[in-house]
Amino acid sequence: MSADVVEIGMPKLSDSMEEATVLAWLKQPGDAVKRGEPLVEVETDKATVVYEAETDGVLEEVVVQAGQAAQLGAVIARLRVDGGATAAPSAAAPAARREGSAGALEFRAAIRAALDEELARDERVILFGEDVAAAGGVFAVTPGLYEKYGPARVFDTPISELAMSGAAYGAAITGKRPVLEIMFGDFLALSMDMLINQATKYWFLTGGRQSCPLVIRSVVGAGGRFGAIHSQMPVSWLMGITGLKLVAPATPGDAKGLLKAAIRDENPVLFFEHKRLYPLKGEVNGDVVELGRAKVVREGGDVTLVSAMKGVHDCVAAAEELAREGIEAEVIDLRTIRPLDMETVLRSLEKTNRLVVVEEGPLTGGWAGEVLALVIEQGLGDVEDAWRITTANSPIPYSPPLEDAFLPDARRIVREVRERS
Amino acid sequence: MATTTPSIETALGLYRKMLLIRGFEDRVQSLFLRGEVYGTTHLYSGQEAVAVGFASVLRDGDRVACTYRGHGHLLAMGTDPEALLAELVGRETGINGGRAGSMNVVDPEHGVLGCYGIVGGSIAAATGAALSLRGTGSVAVAYFGDGATNQAYFFECLNFAKVLDLPVVFVCENNGYGEYTPYEAVTPGGIVPRAAVFELRTTEVDGMDVLAVRAAAAEVVERVRAGGGPEFVEARTYRFVGHSRSDPGKYRPEGELDRWRERDPLVVAAALLRDELEAPAGEIDRAEAEVEAELERIQEAALAAPFPEDVAIPEFNER
Repeated sequence: MSADVVEIGMPKLSDSMEEATVLAWLKQPGDAVKRGEPLVEVETDKATVVYEAETDGVLEEVVVQAGQAAQLGAVIARLRVDGGATAAPSAAAPAARREGSAGALEFRAAIRAALDEELARDERVILFGEDVAAAGGVFAVTPGLYEKYGPARVFDTPISELAMSGAAYGAAITGKRPVLEIMFGDFLALSMDMLINQATKYWFLTGGRQSCPLVIRSVVGAGGRFGAIHSQMPVSWLMGITGLKLVAPATPGDAKGLLKAAIRDENPVLFFEHKRLYPLKGEVNGDVVELGRAKVVREGGDVTLVSAMKGVHDCVAAAEELAREGIEAEVIDLRTIRPLDMETVLRSLEKTNRLVVVEEGPLTGGWAGEVLALVIEQGLGDVEDAWRITTANSPIPYSPPLEDAFLPDARRIVREVRERS
Repeated sequence: MATTTPSIETALGLYRKMLLIRGFEDRVQSLFLRGEVYGTTHLYSGQEAVAVGFASVLRDGDRVACTYRGHGHLLAMGTDPEALLAELVGRETGINGGRAGSMNVVDPEHGVLGCYGIVGGSIAAATGAALSLRGTGSVAVAYFGDGATNQAYFFECLNFAKVLDLPVVFVCENNGYGEYTPYEAVTPGGIVPRAAVFELRTTEVDGMDVLAVRAAAAEVVERVRAGGGPEFVEARTYRFVGHSRSDPGKYRPEGELDRWRERDPLVVAAALLRDELEAPAGEIDRAEAEVEAELERIQEAALAAPFPEDVAIPEFNER
């Protein structure tokens, strides 16, 4: 048999990945590789996965070094084998996850850090949901917490969203501070009764004497090729529920600080985690970030761009592009959709007189409309132009070109701002 | 069900509590007809033995979740009747300051998680409370009707409670009708088998006999308190009134109400006091007179109280 050299491409390790980072080569050039042996540790947008060789061979060459990223399908190594061979991703549990340097964490690790710190700080905090305990969460947000805090405080539940939200409510009004994970935001539809009809009423019914301190964390947002029923943005479903706080972080630092504040809040909080942000790295510290305070993330005097979650990054990218054309955009990250910090928006508008609200979600009935309504009520004199950039009033399509075209992005923001300047 | 004969004092206490509930509901009905109780209200008349029997074996730290037919559960748990009636007539002195009304009362001070206006909500509330009560020796009790056994809450929460081994008692008050529909028409296979399939221990009890309920409750609650896991009780009972105040109950077969009235929990309890326990007639009469006098005083006080002027709470005025 003659020895062939085969190229190993960056494998597709998650539905939504477009590129991934090589964390560590577990074999070095010249090493013999046996079928099933771990070859390389790869970090995708969802998790860290160990990729295994499928047949025996010798590692000929490493093309993508540890720490480097590669596009899906790009050659990452060459393997000398007898006959053709390919490697296959491991179905085994992910290996140890890298948490980055002290100051910088991935978005998902920042959330885990907040949960860890609050579980350690307050005995009343409990964490539960589908596969959050033994498995560490399907988005790999909660690994190790079950092992650290035990089954009385971190536990898996049956797939019963209504029972889960009901249990969170019942536990919250009897002394616990439950953090419930509803895996995909779309599944919130199944858990609504207890949330809307009970949890948000408790503070009111008791005249503010008793509270219902629960947090529901949920993964939301499109761009992951999950289709119409695992990609929605339920923020606007809940916008009109008095008594519910809606938290929508854009960065790892805010994710951590806002989640800590949410867990410490006396009343129900919905905490949205945009699935496209999970691999994002950023500076994180131990601070609690107060709910209801927007942040100016880029200053500019010509137009105000307001958004939340992934949209903030689109706005920043758009602002950089616009700056090259001489248009200075101010970018505001709302951070919480309710309470809504209109003070920061109105202050910016006094300066820019032009406002664009970028919302990932359907045009009709969204929170962007609420921002514009408040601007009209409270800052009409400062407005020369104001509009929304949202998705169309259509379900979210699956096919990549369709989904990409459907979502608001930096290019669209640049184009619309340019056209209306 | 083995019933141990209680003392006259205990039986009189239970009888008195049931009298209070029946008299309270009679007054709510007349106040509703006078336009003093607003919206709608669901009366517990006929089902008193269930709430009173169960509450009599509960203690501080236990929690109950009630239905929108909750006045009886509240009074059985010790909620101040004057504050409850004031709530129903929308007054500032109401137990929830006039924010709740008949269907949504919460009274954490007396262990009442809430009264749930959505059918089956009480099942989830008690299940969640039981998460907090694990390992404490306290129990949570969910009251719900036969109609709730068709809700997702029932199936999800019984399973959830069993999987997590929670200290919760699910008490189905089968009063024969889900709103206007006979339960037999919409509950194939019956109620108890639905709980049994989740491997919950089940108990059936005569919900018109307060002592039978008390005896069954004592056994069930003791096992759950000791960490035996969730259990299920079906109490067969009957409501003497319509579903709500807009329902005259005309869907009932001729004679059905009369047959159940013969087993009115007040009649059953009074007969036991007189015939088996040989309580002095004067004691029974005195209980009836005292409860009636108390209710009269309560009604006057509730109606004399002022309406609320402001229910604004900062949390809800964020703008």
